[in-house]
Amino acid sequence: MNIELYKNLENSFGVTSLEVKNRNQSYIRVKKEMAVPLITHLKLVESYKHLSFFTIIDQIEKGEFELLYMLHSYSRNHDLGIIVSIERHETDMESIHHLWPAAETYQRELREMFGVEFPDSPGLYENFCLEGWEGIPPMRREFDTKRYSEDTFYKRPGRETNDPAKYMKEKIYPSEAETW
Amino acid sequence: MEKDMERRLYADTGAPEGSPVVNPDPRTLGDSSNIQLFNEQLKLLNSGLTEEDRLNFCDTPPEVIKPFRGHWENFLNWARSESLWILGFGTGCGAIELRPLMTSRFDMYQYGIQPRPTPRQSSIFVIGGYASVKTMKRIVRSYEQMQGPKFVLGLGSCTINGGMYYDSYNTVNRLDHYIPVDVYIAGCMPRPEALLAGLMELKTIIKEGRGEGANKYAENFEWYKANQKRIIKDWNMPDYNW
Repeated sequence: MNIELYKNLENSFGVTSLEVKNRNQSYIRVKKEMAVPLITHLKLVESYKHLSFFTIIDQIEKGEFELLYMLHSYSRNHDLGIIVSIERHETDMESIHHLWPAAETYQRELREMFGVEFPDSPGLYENFCLEGWEGIPPMRREFDTKRYSEDTFYKRPGRETNDPAKYMKEKIYPSEAETW
Repeated sequence: MEKDMERRLYADTGAPEGSPVVNPDPRTLGDSSNIQLFNEQLKLLNSGLTEEDRLNFCDTPPEVIKPFRGHWENFLNWARSESLWILGFGTGCGAIELRPLMTSRFDMYQYGIQPRPTPRQSSIFVIGGYASVKTMKRIVRSYEQMQGPKFVLGLGSCTINGGMYYDSYNTVNRLDHYIPVDVYIAGCMPRPEALLAGLMELKTIIKEGRGEGANKYAENFEWYKANQKRIIKDWNMPDYNW
Protein backbone atom coordinates (compact mmCIF):
# COMPACT_ATOMS: atom_id res chain seq x y z
CA MET A 1 0.00 0.00 0.00
CA ASN A 2 1.06 3.49 -0.82
CA ILE A 3 2.50 4.91 2.41
CA GLU A 4 1.36 8.42 1.55
CA LEU A 5 -2.19 7.22 1.24
CA TYR A 6 -1.91 5.54 4.62
CA LYS A 7 -0.58 8.71 6.28
CA ASN A 8 -3.36 10.63 4.65
CA LEU A 9 -6.00 8.25 5.96
CA GLU A 10 -4.38 8.20 9.39
CA ASN A 11 -4.73 11.97 9.65
CA SER A 12 -8.25 12.25 8.34
CA PHE A 13 -9.94 9.05 9.56
CA GLY A 14 -7.83 7.76 12.45
CA VAL A 15 -6.81 4.62 10.60
CA THR A 16 -4.44 2.39 12.59
CA SER A 17 -2.28 -0.74 12.38
CA LEU A 18 -1.37 -1.08 8.74
CA GLU A 19 -0.59 -4.66 7.90
CA VAL A 20 1.03 -5.24 4.53
CA LYS A 21 0.61 -8.83 3.40
CA ASN A 22 2.26 -8.36 0.04
CA ARG A 23 2.56 -5.92 -2.84
CA ASN A 24 -1.10 -6.25 -3.70
CA GLN A 25 -2.79 -6.72 -0.39
CA SER A 26 -2.92 -4.86 2.91
CA TYR A 27 -5.21 -4.40 5.87
CA ILE A 28 -6.06 -1.42 8.03
CA ARG A 29 -8.18 -0.97 11.11
CA VAL A 30 -10.59 1.84 11.84
CA LYS A 31 -13.08 2.77 14.51
CA LYS A 32 -16.74 1.95 14.05
CA GLU A 33 -17.86 5.60 13.70
CA MET A 34 -15.32 6.37 10.97
CA ALA A 35 -15.80 3.20 8.95
CA VAL A 36 -18.48 4.30 6.50
CA PRO A 37 -16.94 7.78 5.91
CA LEU A 38 -13.61 6.04 5.25
CA ILE A 39 -15.14 3.57 2.81
CA THR A 40 -17.01 6.38 1.05
CA HIS A 41 -13.78 8.32 0.73
CA LEU A 42 -11.91 5.29 -0.58
CA LYS A 43 -14.59 4.62 -3.15
CA LEU A 44 -15.17 8.15 -4.40
CA VAL A 45 -11.68 9.64 -4.14
CA GLU A 46 -9.08 6.90 -3.90
CA SER A 47 -10.35 4.63 -6.70
CA TYR A 48 -11.21 1.61 -4.50
CA LYS A 49 -14.36 1.12 -6.51
CA HIS A 50 -14.95 -2.59 -6.16
CA LEU A 51 -16.35 -4.33 -3.10
CA SER A 52 -14.80 -7.80 -3.31
CA PHE A 53 -16.54 -9.15 -0.25
CA PHE A 54 -17.85 -8.21 3.13
CA THR A 55 -17.74 -10.68 5.98
CA ILE A 56 -17.51 -11.05 9.74
CA ILE A 57 -14.98 -12.83 11.93
CA ASP A 58 -16.28 -13.81 15.34
CA GLN A 59 -13.54 -13.00 17.88
CA ILE A 60 -15.31 -14.51 20.84
CA GLU A 61 -12.19 -14.35 23.03
CA LYS A 62 -12.04 -10.57 22.67
CA GLY A 63 -15.81 -10.25 22.92
CA GLU A 64 -16.12 -8.57 19.55
CA PHE A 65 -16.99 -9.08 15.93
CA GLU A 66 -14.51 -8.05 13.28
CA LEU A 67 -16.21 -6.74 10.17
CA LEU A 68 -13.99 -7.08 7.13
CA TYR A 69 -14.69 -4.92 4.09
CA MET A 70 -12.48 -5.98 1.21
CA LEU A 71 -12.09 -3.30 -1.43
CA HIS A 72 -10.24 -3.50 -4.71
CA SER A 73 -8.76 -0.79 -6.83
CA TYR A 74 -8.31 -1.52 -10.52
CA SER A 75 -6.01 1.39 -11.20
CA ARG A 76 -3.71 0.61 -8.26
CA ASN A 77 -4.09 -3.16 -8.68
CA HIS A 78 -4.47 -3.39 -4.94
CA ASP A 79 -6.73 -5.08 -2.39
CA LEU A 80 -7.44 -3.16 0.78
CA GLY A 81 -9.11 -4.81 3.75
CA ILE A 82 -10.79 -2.56 6.28
CA ILE A 83 -11.29 -4.20 9.67
CA VAL A 84 -13.87 -2.72 12.01
CA SER A 85 -14.35 -4.12 15.51
CA ILE A 86 -17.80 -3.95 17.07
CA GLU A 87 -19.00 -5.19 20.44
CA ARG A 88 -20.63 -8.59 20.45
CA HIS A 89 -23.63 -7.40 22.37
CA GLU A 90 -24.15 -4.12 20.51
CA THR A 91 -24.52 -5.48 17.06
CA ASP A 92 -25.56 -2.41 15.11
CA MET A 93 -23.57 -1.26 12.12
CA GLU A 94 -24.11 1.42 9.54
CA SER A 95 -25.21 0.08 6.19
CA ILE A 96 -23.17 0.55 3.00
CA HIS A 97 -25.91 -0.39 0.55
CA HIS A 98 -25.99 3.20 -0.75
CA LEU A 99 -22.42 2.73 -2.02
CA TRP A 100 -22.81 -0.73 -3.51
CA PRO A 101 -26.35 -2.08 -3.96
CA ALA A 102 -24.87 -5.60 -3.82
CA ALA A 103 -23.90 -5.00 -0.22
CA GLU A 104 -27.49 -5.51 0.85
CA THR A 105 -27.17 -9.22 0.07
CA TYR A 106 -24.07 -9.46 2.25
CA GLN A 107 -25.84 -7.62 5.02
CA ARG A 108 -28.85 -9.89 4.77
CA GLU A 109 -26.58 -12.88 5.13
CA LEU A 110 -24.68 -11.41 8.06
CA ARG A 111 -27.91 -10.51 9.81
CA GLU A 112 -29.06 -14.09 9.49
CA MET A 113 -25.80 -15.86 10.26
CA PHE A 114 -24.37 -13.57 12.97
CA GLY A 115 -27.30 -11.44 14.10
CA VAL A 116 -25.56 -8.18 13.21
CA GLU A 117 -28.11 -5.53 12.30
CA PHE A 118 -27.74 -3.01 9.51
CA PRO A 119 -30.58 -0.51 9.96
CA ASP A 120 -32.19 0.77 6.72
CA SER A 121 -30.64 -1.93 4.59
CA PRO A 122 -33.40 -3.11 2.23
CA GLY A 123 -34.75 -6.62 2.68
CA LEU A 124 -32.72 -7.17 5.81
CA TYR A 125 -35.20 -9.56 7.37
CA GLU A 126 -35.87 -11.67 4.31
CA ASN A 127 -34.68 -15.25 4.31
CA PHE A 128 -31.22 -15.64 2.91
CA CYS A 129 -30.20 -19.24 3.45
CA LEU A 130 -32.08 -20.47 6.48
CA GLU A 131 -35.84 -20.52 6.52
CA GLY A 132 -37.64 -19.86 9.76
CA TRP A 133 -34.55 -20.08 11.95
CA GLU A 134 -35.21 -19.68 15.66
CA GLY A 135 -32.65 -18.99 18.35
CA ILE A 136 -28.99 -18.03 18.15
CA PRO A 137 -27.67 -17.30 14.66
CA PRO A 138 -25.73 -20.38 13.66
CA MET A 139 -22.38 -18.85 12.68
CA ARG A 140 -21.82 -17.34 16.11
CA ARG A 141 -19.17 -19.33 17.87
CA GLU A 142 -21.13 -19.91 21.04
CA PHE A 143 -23.63 -21.87 18.97
CA ASP A 144 -22.83 -25.55 19.40
CA THR A 145 -23.65 -27.02 16.02
CA LYS A 146 -22.93 -30.64 17.01
CA ARG A 147 -25.26 -30.50 19.96
CA TYR A 148 -27.93 -28.77 17.93
CA SER A 149 -27.66 -31.51 15.32
CA GLU A 150 -27.92 -34.22 17.96
CA ASP A 151 -30.98 -32.59 19.51
CA THR A 152 -32.76 -31.84 16.25
CA PHE A 153 -32.00 -34.65 13.84
CA TYR A 154 -32.17 -38.38 14.37
CA LYS A 155 -28.86 -40.12 14.78
CA ARG A 156 -28.32 -43.49 13.24
CA PRO A 157 -26.51 -45.71 15.70
CA GLY A 158 -23.32 -47.46 14.68
CA ARG A 159 -21.38 -44.57 13.29
CA GLU A 160 -17.63 -44.80 13.84
CA THR A 161 -15.33 -41.84 13.55
CA ASN A 162 -11.58 -42.11 13.28
CA ASP A 163 -9.02 -39.43 13.86
CA PRO A 164 -7.66 -39.12 10.31
CA ALA A 165 -4.01 -38.58 11.24
CA LYS A 166 -3.93 -41.52 13.63
CA TYR A 167 -5.86 -43.74 11.29
CA MET A 168 -3.54 -42.99 8.36
CA LYS A 169 -0.48 -43.75 10.43
CA GLU A 170 -1.87 -47.05 11.59
CA LYS A 171 -3.08 -48.10 8.15
CA ILE A 172 -0.25 -46.88 5.98
CA TYR A 173 2.71 -47.31 8.36
CA PRO A 174 1.57 -50.02 10.79
CA SER A 175 5.06 -50.96 11.97
CA GLU A 176 6.03 -47.38 12.73
CA ALA A 177 2.75 -46.39 14.34
CA GLU A 178 3.81 -47.81 17.68
CA THR A 179 6.88 -45.59 17.89
CA TRP A 180 5.04 -42.36 17.00
CA MET B 1 -41.56 -4.74 18.38
CA GLU B 2 -40.74 -8.22 17.20
CA LYS B 3 -37.43 -7.03 15.87
CA ASP B 4 -36.66 -5.51 19.23
CA MET B 5 -37.32 -8.83 20.90
CA GLU B 6 -35.10 -10.57 18.42
CA ARG B 7 -32.30 -8.14 19.07
CA ARG B 8 -32.59 -8.54 22.79
CA LEU B 9 -32.40 -12.29 22.31
CA TYR B 10 -29.12 -11.95 20.44
CA ALA B 11 -27.82 -9.48 22.97
CA ASP B 12 -28.55 -11.83 25.85
CA THR B 13 -26.57 -14.58 24.22
CA GLY B 14 -23.46 -12.43 23.75
CA ALA B 15 -20.59 -14.42 25.08
CA PRO B 16 -19.21 -13.71 28.49
CA GLU B 17 -15.96 -15.58 28.77
CA GLY B 18 -16.00 -19.07 30.16
CA SER B 19 -19.76 -19.32 30.21
CA PRO B 20 -21.19 -22.71 29.26
CA VAL B 21 -22.47 -23.06 25.73
CA VAL B 22 -26.24 -22.98 25.78
CA ASN B 23 -28.40 -23.83 22.84
CA PRO B 24 -32.15 -23.46 22.94
CA ASP B 25 -33.85 -26.80 23.24
CA PRO B 26 -35.39 -27.47 19.83
CA ARG B 27 -38.14 -29.53 21.41
CA THR B 28 -39.46 -26.39 23.06
CA LEU B 29 -38.98 -24.33 19.90
CA GLY B 30 -40.81 -26.46 17.37
CA ASP B 31 -42.71 -28.95 19.45
CA SER B 32 -44.04 -31.61 17.13
CA SER B 33 -46.11 -33.55 19.65
CA ASN B 34 -48.82 -30.91 19.84
CA ILE B 35 -49.05 -30.38 16.10
CA GLN B 36 -52.60 -31.07 15.06
CA LEU B 37 -52.95 -32.52 11.61
CA PHE B 38 -56.59 -33.56 11.31
CA ASN B 39 -59.98 -32.09 12.12
CA GLU B 40 -63.02 -34.10 13.31
CA GLN B 41 -63.85 -35.35 9.81
CA LEU B 42 -60.28 -36.66 9.46
CA LYS B 43 -59.51 -34.00 6.89
CA LEU B 44 -56.17 -32.20 6.91
CA LEU B 45 -56.21 -28.85 8.63
CA ASN B 46 -53.53 -27.29 6.37
CA SER B 47 -52.76 -24.91 9.20
CA GLY B 48 -49.73 -23.50 7.35
CA LEU B 49 -51.91 -21.93 4.68
CA THR B 50 -54.07 -18.84 4.76
CA GLU B 51 -57.86 -19.18 4.68
CA GLU B 52 -58.02 -18.25 1.00
CA ASP B 53 -55.31 -20.67 -0.02
CA ARG B 54 -56.88 -23.60 1.78
CA LEU B 55 -59.66 -23.69 -0.81
CA ASN B 56 -57.13 -24.27 -3.57
CA PHE B 57 -55.54 -27.34 -2.04
CA CYS B 58 -56.68 -30.84 -1.26
CA ASP B 59 -57.33 -31.76 2.35
CA THR B 60 -57.40 -35.53 1.95
CA PRO B 61 -54.55 -37.49 3.50
CA PRO B 62 -52.86 -40.19 1.42
CA GLU B 63 -54.50 -43.60 1.34
CA VAL B 64 -53.01 -47.05 1.34
CA ILE B 65 -53.55 -48.73 -2.01
CA LYS B 66 -53.28 -52.45 -1.57
CA PRO B 67 -51.36 -54.29 -4.25
CA PHE B 68 -53.12 -56.89 -6.38
CA ARG B 69 -52.26 -60.53 -5.86
CA GLY B 70 -50.69 -63.20 -7.99
CA HIS B 71 -49.58 -62.99 -11.59
CA TRP B 72 -51.23 -59.67 -12.34
CA GLU B 73 -49.24 -57.90 -9.63
CA ASN B 74 -46.09 -59.72 -10.73
CA PHE B 75 -46.65 -58.49 -14.25
CA LEU B 76 -47.22 -54.93 -13.03
CA ASN B 77 -44.10 -55.07 -10.87
CA TRP B 78 -42.07 -56.30 -13.81
CA ALA B 79 -43.37 -53.38 -15.89
CA ARG B 80 -42.67 -50.89 -13.10
CA SER B 81 -39.15 -52.13 -12.58
CA GLU B 82 -38.32 -51.96 -16.27
CA SER B 83 -39.40 -48.36 -16.70
CA LEU B 84 -37.91 -46.40 -13.84
CA TRP B 85 -38.24 -42.72 -14.51
CA ILE B 86 -36.05 -40.48 -12.43
CA LEU B 87 -37.28 -37.12 -11.21
CA GLY B 88 -34.91 -34.50 -12.59
CA PHE B 89 -34.32 -32.77 -9.30
CA GLY B 90 -30.69 -32.74 -8.22
CA THR B 91 -31.00 -32.29 -4.49
CA GLY B 92 -27.34 -32.32 -3.53
CA CYS B 93 -23.81 -32.74 -4.82
CA GLY B 94 -24.60 -36.39 -5.68
CA ALA B 95 -26.76 -35.31 -8.59
CA ILE B 96 -23.54 -34.80 -10.54
CA GLU B 97 -23.25 -38.58 -10.80
CA LEU B 98 -26.44 -38.76 -12.82
CA ARG B 99 -24.83 -37.06 -15.83
CA PRO B 100 -22.23 -39.74 -16.54
CA LEU B 101 -24.93 -42.29 -15.85
CA MET B 102 -27.01 -40.89 -18.69
CA THR B 103 -24.33 -40.68 -21.32
CA SER B 104 -22.90 -43.43 -23.46
CA ARG B 105 -20.34 -44.93 -21.11
CA PHE B 106 -22.75 -46.11 -18.41
CA ASP B 107 -25.93 -45.59 -20.41
CA MET B 108 -28.78 -46.02 -17.99
CA TYR B 109 -31.29 -45.94 -20.84
CA GLN B 110 -30.43 -49.56 -21.64
CA TYR B 111 -32.02 -50.51 -18.31
CA GLY B 112 -35.20 -48.54 -18.95
CA ILE B 113 -34.15 -45.67 -16.71
CA GLN B 114 -34.52 -42.12 -17.87
CA PRO B 115 -34.94 -38.66 -16.40
CA ARG B 116 -38.26 -36.85 -16.39
CA PRO B 117 -38.87 -33.16 -15.78
CA THR B 118 -41.85 -33.23 -13.42
CA PRO B 119 -42.82 -35.22 -10.31
CA ARG B 120 -46.08 -36.31 -11.91
CA GLN B 121 -44.29 -38.26 -14.61
CA SER B 122 -41.59 -39.87 -12.55
CA SER B 123 -41.53 -42.92 -10.34
CA ILE B 124 -38.12 -42.78 -8.68
CA PHE B 125 -36.61 -39.97 -6.67
CA VAL B 126 -32.82 -39.96 -6.34
CA ILE B 127 -31.79 -37.97 -3.28
CA GLY B 128 -28.33 -36.90 -4.34
CA GLY B 129 -26.37 -36.66 -1.11
CA TYR B 130 -26.89 -34.21 1.72
CA ALA B 131 -30.39 -32.90 2.28
CA SER B 132 -30.41 -29.56 4.01
CA VAL B 133 -33.48 -28.45 5.88
CA LYS B 134 -34.28 -25.97 3.14
CA THR B 135 -34.06 -28.67 0.48
CA MET B 136 -36.02 -31.06 2.66
CA LYS B 137 -39.06 -28.85 2.26
CA ARG B 138 -38.78 -29.13 -1.53
CA ILE B 139 -38.05 -32.85 -1.32
CA VAL B 140 -41.21 -33.47 0.71
CA ARG B 141 -43.24 -31.40 -1.68
CA SER B 142 -41.90 -33.16 -4.77
CA TYR B 143 -42.10 -36.60 -3.22
CA GLU B 144 -45.75 -36.18 -2.33
CA GLN B 145 -46.58 -34.98 -5.82
CA MET B 146 -45.18 -38.11 -7.42
CA GLN B 147 -47.73 -40.74 -8.36
CA GLY B 148 -47.56 -44.09 -6.66
CA PRO B 149 -45.99 -46.57 -6.71
CA LYS B 150 -42.92 -44.43 -6.11
CA PHE B 151 -39.45 -45.31 -4.99
CA VAL B 152 -36.64 -43.39 -3.29
CA LEU B 153 -32.95 -44.00 -3.74
CA GLY B 154 -30.67 -42.51 -1.09
CA LEU B 155 -27.39 -41.71 -2.78
CA GLY B 156 -24.25 -41.17 -0.72
CA SER B 157 -23.36 -41.40 2.94
CA CYS B 158 -25.15 -38.20 3.87
CA THR B 159 -28.56 -39.76 3.36
CA ILE B 160 -27.62 -42.69 5.60
CA ASN B 161 -26.23 -41.02 8.69
CA GLY B 162 -25.31 -37.47 7.74
CA GLY B 163 -21.92 -38.41 6.31
CA MET B 164 -19.35 -35.68 6.68
CA TYR B 165 -22.12 -33.24 7.64
CA TYR B 166 -23.25 -35.31 10.63
CA ASP B 167 -22.76 -32.35 13.01
CA SER B 168 -24.13 -29.64 10.75
CA TYR B 169 -27.00 -27.54 11.99
CA ASN B 170 -28.62 -27.62 8.61
CA THR B 171 -28.29 -31.16 7.22
CA VAL B 172 -30.65 -33.95 8.21
CA ASN B 173 -28.91 -37.06 9.47
CA ARG B 174 -31.33 -39.81 8.57
CA LEU B 175 -33.37 -39.38 5.45
CA ASP B 176 -35.70 -42.29 6.28
CA HIS B 177 -37.26 -40.36 9.13
CA TYR B 178 -38.69 -37.87 6.66
CA ILE B 179 -39.56 -39.91 3.59
CA PRO B 180 -39.44 -43.70 3.09
CA VAL B 181 -36.26 -44.90 1.39
CA ASP B 182 -36.00 -48.12 -0.61
CA VAL B 183 -32.29 -48.40 -1.37
CA TYR B 184 -29.22 -46.68 0.03
CA ILE B 185 -25.96 -46.41 -1.85
CA ALA B 186 -23.00 -45.83 0.44
CA GLY B 187 -20.01 -43.76 -0.62
CA CYS B 188 -18.85 -40.21 -0.85
CA MET B 189 -19.27 -39.99 -3.81
CA PRO B 190 -20.35 -43.39 -5.08
CA ARG B 191 -19.22 -44.11 -8.62
CA PRO B 192 -21.82 -44.43 -11.39
CA GLU B 193 -21.23 -48.20 -11.24
CA ALA B 194 -22.42 -48.17 -7.64
CA LEU B 195 -25.44 -46.20 -8.69
CA LEU B 196 -26.21 -48.77 -11.38
CA ALA B 197 -25.82 -51.54 -8.81
CA GLY B 198 -28.25 -49.70 -6.55
CA LEU B 199 -30.73 -49.35 -9.37
CA MET B 200 -30.44 -53.07 -10.15
CA GLU B 201 -31.06 -53.76 -6.45
CA LEU B 202 -34.12 -51.54 -6.62
CA LYS B 203 -35.40 -53.53 -9.60
CA THR B 204 -35.06 -56.74 -7.61
CA ILE B 205 -36.93 -55.18 -4.71
CA ILE B 206 -39.75 -54.03 -6.97
CA LYS B 207 -40.02 -57.41 -8.69
CA GLU B 208 -40.26 -59.12 -5.32
CA GLY B 209 -43.12 -56.79 -4.42
CA ARG B 210 -41.22 -55.03 -1.62
CA GLY B 211 -41.25 -51.55 -3.14
CA GLU B 212 -44.10 -50.32 -0.98
CA GLY B 213 -42.69 -46.94 0.02
CA ALA B 214 -45.81 -44.98 -0.91
CA ASN B 215 -48.01 -47.22 1.23
CA LYS B 216 -45.55 -47.02 4.09
CA TYR B 217 -45.75 -43.27 3.85
CA ALA B 218 -49.55 -43.34 3.92
CA GLU B 219 -49.63 -45.75 6.87
CA ASN B 220 -47.20 -43.73 8.98
CA PHE B 221 -48.32 -40.37 7.67
CA GLU B 222 -48.59 -38.69 11.06
CA TRP B 223 -45.17 -39.86 12.17
CA TYR B 224 -43.54 -38.58 8.99
CA LYS B 225 -45.40 -35.29 9.24
CA ALA B 226 -44.38 -34.79 12.87
CA ASN B 227 -40.73 -35.39 11.96
CA GLN B 228 -40.93 -33.06 8.97
CA LYS B 229 -42.65 -30.29 10.87
CA ARG B 230 -40.13 -30.55 13.64
CA ILE B 231 -37.35 -29.34 11.35
CA ILE B 232 -39.25 -27.27 8.77
CA LYS B 233 -40.17 -24.31 10.91
CA ASP B 234 -41.87 -22.10 8.32
CA TRP B 235 -44.41 -24.57 7.02
CA ASN B 236 -46.25 -22.50 4.43
CA MET B 237 -47.45 -25.29 2.16
CA PRO B 238 -50.34 -27.75 2.37
CA ASP B 239 -49.95 -30.69 4.72
CA TYR B 240 -50.23 -33.11 1.84
CA ASN B 241 -49.16 -31.80 -1.54
CA TRP B 242 -51.40 -33.48 -4.00
